[in-house]
Amino acid sequence: MFEVIAEYCHYVIVIVLMMVGLFIIFATQNLIKKLVGLSVFQTSVFLLYITIGKVKGGQPPILMESYGGDHAALSDTVLVVSAAPVATHGAAYGPEILYSNPLPHVLILTAIVVGVATLAIGLALVVRIREVYNTIEKDEIEAIDYRFNLEGTDG
Amino acid sequence: MDLLSFFPDWVLTHGAALIVVLPLLMGSILAIMPSERLSWAVAVIVALICSVLAFALVLQIFGGESILYAMGGWDPPHGISYVVDALSAPVLLLISLMAVLCLFYAWPSVKAEVEPKKRAPFYGAFLLCMAGLLGIVVTGDAFNVFVFLEVSSISTYILVGMGASRDRRALTASFNYLILGSIGATFFVIGLGFLYMETGTLNMADMGRILRDLDGGSRVAQVAYAFIIIGLGLKLAMFPLHVWLPSAYAHSPSFVTAFLASTATKAALYLLLRFTFTIFDISFDFVGAAVTILLVGLGVAGMVFASLQAIFQTDARRTLAYSSVAQVGYMLLGIGLGTAAGAAAGYLHLINHAVIKGGLFICLGAVWYRFGITHISDFRGLSKTMPWTMGAFTISALSLIGVPFTAGFVSKVNLAIAVADQDWWWAVGVIVLSSIFAIIYMGNILKEAYFREPPIVNGDIVARNEAPLMMLIPMWVLALVSIAIGINSDIIVETANRATQLLFPLADVLPGGMDL
Repeated sequence: MFEVIAEYCHYVIVIVLMMVGLFIIFATQNLIKKLVGLSVFQTSVFLLYITIGKVKGGQPPILMESYGGDHAALSDTVLVVSAAPVATHGAAYGPEILYSNPLPHVLILTAIVVGVATLAIGLALVVRIREVYNTIEKDEIEAIDYRFNLEGTDG
Repeated sequence: MDLLSFFPDWVLTHGAALIVVLPLLMGSILAIMPSERLSWAVAVIVALICSVLAFALVLQIFGGESILYAMGGWDPPHGISYVVDALSAPVLLLISLMAVLCLFYAWPSVKAEVEPKKRAPFYGAFLLCMAGLLGIVVTGDAFNVFVFLEVSSISTYILVGMGASRDRRALTASFNYLILGSIGATFFVIGLGFLYMETGTLNMADMGRILRDLDGGSRVAQVAYAFIIIGLGLKLAMFPLHVWLPSAYAHSPSFVTAFLASTATKAALYLLLRFTFTIFDISFDFVGAAVTILLVGLGVAGMVFASLQAIFQTDARRTLAYSSVAQVGYMLLGIGLGTAAGAAAGYLHLINHAVIKGGLFICLGAVWYRFGITHISDFRGLSKTMPWTMGAFTISALSLIGVPFTAGFVSKVNLAIAVADQDWWWAVGVIVLSSIFAIIYMGNILKEAYFREPPIVNGDIVARNEAPLMMLIPMWVLALVSIAIGINSDIIVETANRATQLLFPLADVLPGGMDL
């Protein structure tokens, strides 16, 4: 029982965060809170990626000096070691040391940068929206737009 | 093949990488460029160079080669590879050429719609958007797709938000697009994560090979496909996920609308084709079921309901935006058939619709440029005040409806034939019904323009006030291309056939060009 929980608990965390994030996005009217929800949602995906990099019994993917000084040889070893365990579903393969897979971490660094850029643009838009509408509540903005459409004035 | 000898060697060897790197680099430089004129000139030159590169790539592909460019010399599957083949090369050419045409139109249009100090970086954002779209199409690495998807999306949010100096609703439209677009991209990246779990690789070709070896793989691959299809559905405005599109198209600067309508959703559709047919395979049970039920169902629903919504819009740009959603439905129906002919028809409509919608939005932008109107009721008498603009608009509108001798007719007939081959006669009926709706909503605009007199302002009838030449050229080029495709569709049908042969190596495809 405990093993099952230990094996799947990270998925539970990911799923809970994901649903919380999505719920915030759709439930709140406040634009800043929507962005917070979006960030929570994206963070859950970061966690999903980071957890899939872990190989059972694998060490941190740091090469020991014993693998020779030649850089090309080093990088070849990294590729073999990191790619193989995932492709063969965890079976030990190749060199004697089993490493965790560093690739998902690298991928998620990129995704984090993307998330930061999205958040920055989103916040900049909220600032501009606040300047022209004087509110950051979505329902109020819609009411203002609706009045504007009906009367052609700012109301 | 003679044409190829005109290109220097480095174009042929590095073209696949240059076409992305060049706009990406210049886009970042333009962000700090002070002069609007210089900025515009650089953007035009970059777009022209990209078109030439894309043309060279297309020639190479049609010569029977396919191009695999290993980024940084790291061989696939470990390195990032750029792949140009019969499916991606035409889309590359389409995006670059639309960028050139839209940029010519941008010069007067951006002057009228964007604040002066923001114009120079505006072109930078545009180049980034273009680089992202080209990157989506050219890359052969699945995670790289996500990165380029976000490069193009984030710059699109900026471009849409720039419409604020014309209409403040652009800001909220851009914000909604940002929220939904990010959700879509995140769903896509979740799907990629599951795919990586299943296959242990990020290279698209490698993924496809491993998934076929596993015969579709486990439930993880099924979940991956579900996430990817929803994520892409948000990006390409699949019917119930299209809510961001109408306001984004209606309120952004008209130059941005013209470019986005003809390229952004198309790049996402290209991805859908790629993922459905080359990474996954239509022969997997879950892909087949998802495609037949989801894509066809939502495509048909979009064709009917989005067309109906288009009829009841009072704003011309909104009408066209809803019509875009409906046209995406045609493409989804074609892809969802799961046959070679269907996919070819979808691909054909992808290209034709880009030409048609680009032309229509450029015309609407020209109307706004001269008279500052977008409401359909204000369009009265436009055939007399802007005869050339309305001429191009009419041709493109007829093409959208699918009148013979236009591009829209070619793709709709091919789609109808592909659908009828499956004995789905009800779907042929839906195509006809949706075209009838198209007659109504385009007719609403044309009726105002042709059968009513120009309004009287201050006691005088509004005088003839034609759009500037920089706007007339792109709209007429697109209108004439649409007629040229309608009269002789051999080249474009052949392109679609070649693209589809890649997806269905053994199948027969479209019956050939429509001889009219």
